[in-house]
Amino acid sequence: MSLEAMLIVSAILFVIGLYGALARQNVLAVLMSIELMFNAVNVTLVAMAKYVAPAGLEENLSAVLTGQVFAVFIITVAAAEIALGLGIVFAMYRNTGSVDLTQAAEMRN
Amino acid sequence: MLFQDIVFWILALAAIAAALGVVLVKDLFRAALLLVVVFVAVAGFFVLLSAEFLAAVQVLIYAGAISILIIFAVMLTRDVQRGNLPNQLQIPAVLFAALLLAVLVVVATDTDWNLTAEAVSERGQEISGQAGLEDSAVEDLISATARDAISGGDLDRAGVAGLLAIELQDRVDLVQTHSGSIVPDEALGRAGFDTPESKIAAREAGLDQASLADLLIGDFVLAFEAVSLLLLAALIGALVLVRPR
Repeated sequence: MSLEAMLIVSAILFVIGLYGALARQNVLAVLMSIELMFNAVNVTLVAMAKYVAPAGLEENLSAVLTGQVFAVFIITVAAAEIALGLGIVFAMYRNTGSVDLTQAAEMRN
Repeated sequence: MLFQDIVFWILALAAIAAALGVVLVKDLFRAALLLVVVFVAVAGFFVLLSAEFLAAVQVLIYAGAISILIIFAVMLTRDVQRGNLPNQLQIPAVLFAALLLAVLVVVATDTDWNLTAEAVSERGQEISGQAGLEDSAVEDLISATARDAISGGDLDRAGVAGLLAIELQDRVDLVQTHSGSIVPDEALGRAGFDTPESKIAAREAGLDQASLADLLIGDFVLAFEAVSLLLLAALIGALVLVRPR
């Protein structure tokens, strides 16, 4: 288990999420893909915090933890994002009767 | 180490297969369940990276809360019966994703990531060792010159040699201080890791949750407060969005 392997696995996860976010019709599938990307980024941050950040360690030991703090914030923001996103999905479903992104053209008209 | 490798590859295969399932499986409900597998595998990655607190948070928030929300949404929307269809951006999306993956893999494998504390401290000791050796040799030369000059009565040359020696000492100090700041032995000692074994253990673990809390309430308190405000705003926003008219 090296840093490179960790980075490549999280890159694969991120890319799968990116494909899903770009190429799916259902807004729920897009939201799930976005969650995949969040997770991939978190893995990268924590791996960097473990393998790379200790080199910059000078005065305080806790500098190693900065990546983990970032991951905590990302998890929090992801929770807020999914709450709002599902709220928007429900509003969209109630107004148009569909959660198909290709049919969502209210802003255009 | 071998055991860790086996666990890592199992988790990696599970995560990638489940992630592919999330975007490719036709039934959205199954996709949501596969998403839970990805979340749990990522929690396993966090444990492997000695971030146990984050692993617990991952299981509680992602695998526990977010996946339940998504499953609720899947079951409450009727479009789900049509399945997880691709849109017309299929081919550009695949191309863009493959391109990005290639770039990321090249960057990850090409970069010299050997910046661990051990590697850097070895490098620093090497540098300071070389500098110390060379400088002490030069120092010997200068003091020999100074002795010669004093015994020969040439006080000017002796003064110059003395100045050179002072300058040299400064440089040696500089090198040693610099390598000392790269090598965090003193920092570790101040933090209570006195024995070599505990230093190694601290570098391998490096992370105790008490200091994560210290950082959250200390250095990152502004971001912490901003995030709590964001959560409040998201809560109110979600309530307003789904409120019946």
